[in-house]
Amino acid sequence: MIVELGHFALILALLVAVVQVVVPMFGAAVRDERMMRVAEPAALSQFLLIALAFLALMHAYVTSDFSVLNVAENSHSTKPLIYKMAGVWGNHEGSMLLWVLILALFGAAVAVFGNNLPPTLKARVLSVQASIAVAFLLFSLLTSNPFLRLDPAPSDGRGLNPILQDPALAFHPPFLYTGYVGFSIAFSFAIAALIEGRIDAAWARWVRPWTLAAWMFLTIGIAMGSWWAYYELGWGGWWFWDPVENASFMPWLAGTALLHSALVMEKREALKIWTVLLAILTFSLSLMGTFIVRSGVLTSVHSFAVDPARGVFILAILVLFTGGGLALFALRAKDMQAGGLFQPISREGSLVLNNLLLVTAAATVLVGTLYPMALEGLTGEKISVGPPFFNMTFGPLMIPLLIALPVGPLLAWKRGDFLGAMQRLSFAFLAALVTIVAAFAVEHRGPWLAPFGIALGVYVMAGAIIEWANRVKVGSASFEEVARRATNLPRSAYGTLFAHFGIGMLVVGIIATSAYREEHILAMKPGEKVAVGGFEVTFTGVERGRGPNYTEDIADFAVTRDGSPVTRLQPAKRLYDAPPQPTTEAGIHASWRGDLYVVIGDAQPGGGYAVRAYFNPLVRFIWLGALIMFLGGGISLSDRRLRIGAPSRTRQALPVPAE
Amino acid sequence: MTRKQKRGVLIGGGVAVLGLALILVLFALKDSIVFFHTPSDIAEKGVQPGQRIRLGGLVEQGSVVRGQGTTITFKVTDTLKDIPVTFTGVLPDLFKEGQGVVAEGVLDGSGGFKADTVLAKHDENYMPRDVAKALEAKGVKLGTSAHPGQLKAEMP
Repeated sequence: MIVELGHFALILALLVAVVQVVVPMFGAAVRDERMMRVAEPAALSQFLLIALAFLALMHAYVTSDFSVLNVAENSHSTKPLIYKMAGVWGNHEGSMLLWVLILALFGAAVAVFGNNLPPTLKARVLSVQASIAVAFLLFSLLTSNPFLRLDPAPSDGRGLNPILQDPALAFHPPFLYTGYVGFSIAFSFAIAALIEGRIDAAWARWVRPWTLAAWMFLTIGIAMGSWWAYYELGWGGWWFWDPVENASFMPWLAGTALLHSALVMEKREALKIWTVLLAILTFSLSLMGTFIVRSGVLTSVHSFAVDPARGVFILAILVLFTGGGLALFALRAKDMQAGGLFQPISREGSLVLNNLLLVTAAATVLVGTLYPMALEGLTGEKISVGPPFFNMTFGPLMIPLLIALPVGPLLAWKRGDFLGAMQRLSFAFLAALVTIVAAFAVEHRGPWLAPFGIALGVYVMAGAIIEWANRVKVGSASFEEVARRATNLPRSAYGTLFAHFGIGMLVVGIIATSAYREEHILAMKPGEKVAVGGFEVTFTGVERGRGPNYTEDIADFAVTRDGSPVTRLQPAKRLYDAPPQPTTEAGIHASWRGDLYVVIGDAQPGGGYAVRAYFNPLVRFIWLGALIMFLGGGISLSDRRLRIGAPSRTRQALPVPAE
Repeated sequence: MTRKQKRGVLIGGGVAVLGLALILVLFALKDSIVFFHTPSDIAEKGVQPGQRIRLGGLVEQGSVVRGQGTTITFKVTDTLKDIPVTFTGVLPDLFKEGQGVVAEGVLDGSGGFKADTVLAKHDENYMPRDVAKALEAKGVKLGTSAHPGQLKAEMP
């Protein structure tokens, strides 16, 4: 009954969305206030209906109603409650429902908080947003309906892939989706502005908070996925350049560019046309990501095959919205006024460089992701494009970006003083130099370029602090003056400080762990020792254990450093009951210096075990950096000046999985 | 600077970055992509020893031998031809006889394959798509349906 109610609510949401597309758009064209106003209640009820559908599906999961096909295929009665709930989006149909839920959430948020938008713009934004909802609700209902019944109902379900039964993975899709679906708002604003034929600094002020909210959730969502891959997949890697990862990384790169170009537009009215184009492209990359992941075109390890109807449907949506958006752009962009002028060496100039490099980087990732699919489609030849490709193409583009990053904020708008900026950065250059010397002194292994890479990260971190210090006049004003300036500094400046500092940390972590990682693969018998990353690791034995829905072989390792005990690590191999599938649980000892990471493999003839032990130096900097970037986004979003367009309360209106 | 010169700098910079990226992409595509072959492909196409490839197929029943230390040998078959594979390391969780596998490495020149990476993804009726398609192309009946649900495939 509840399931049918959910199904019905979803159909009703589609009808409401259709009304929301047509009536406000027409109302805006004929300047009919009453028709334009339809958009707000429509957006709210569309969201509530989809939320109802979502809760109905969650109810079916929590009560293990196996007469629902989706539940029977993806859940199991013995699964812990939290994974029954997370199981809702742990499959294709459910995750598409989450997708439309978040899409509708952003629409409803604009309806509620967008009070200061001009009425025609608001009506058009909500109408465009609803048109995306129509497309995806149709997709859900026609090809991926989660509410289909199964008769007769099986006595138990097939279970959720055990690799997915993990807190970080279970809860990262809502974050990731909030990010990547959130860019739909930027898209809707862009299309609405093109229809209006008018675009100005105010437009950027309205769009930027939404983009920022989407960006920060995408940042933390990607970081959570990477963190999960690191400890759950058992080979200690944190990024694989897998198409599924690239699918969320491309919108991140474009979204980061959009965030910066919208800044130029807001402050200087320049780059208007480019910003609109970027808003369209960013969401197109989100759609592209959805296509790559949801259509079954993947050919990597993470691939899966689904029936082609879905792929064709999403491709049609992608073509319709990207093609339609770009066509509208081509028609209308030439009528828009070009904005403020600036010298190449200026804040604007540096942000143009930022955009150029980020967008080009996104393009290389796109080529690397689509090329194997295209080649297979055209020639039947199967290839894999792995990390070497991305290290060769993406990496070199990031170097100038990182070098320019601390310089940009120190340049004035319109016309910057390059030498002055260099002078102010002298402390950052010094920090980089010290880092290079220290890195060569501490580590003799690894590529000779690595210390320079780490120094680049340190330089970015130092640059972020210098920019802040410069703004509050550290060193040139009295302590009281500095404290007063630091309190009065707008929160968005702190947001920049955090975000740029976080990027620097991330770079340090990536380079250090890639260049200086220690790896040992060996067969160990109880009592044997191995030295890893300054630790002495002793294998003491293996015991059998039993979890809620799995059995496991738990190994025990005593870890000492210079003879004194540090910790015990207990990596395990689990075998889940349903589906019967093994997983590897890593034993990790985290410290500032780096992670000691131990996993066990198969039992060897003669009582030994295959063991892999790693030392990953500074690997935590990667996720810590991402977390600091996320916080930076949040701080910036709480800035009162940004509240003009859309208040920070969007963050509280996140989908909290209900009980 | 005049307006025209400024625009020139912008366009010049854009073209330079895109050109650089294009060169990088072309070089990378030439050097760093890895072709996927089944054992029969290798015999037919004459893949050279030392060239980095991905070898895909099924792990032949009864062929897995755990040697000294962490070295493991097994045979990868497409039911028409098979190739012995040596691998040093820890096999992935889902590695099993009779199941699909993808090994990355080089042919050693004496008919064997030296893998440095082994990928296996499986439940009862899932098979890496590369493998399933390649096997079907070789006329091997799989008799199983592919089932969604792999790893990060559950992410958007």
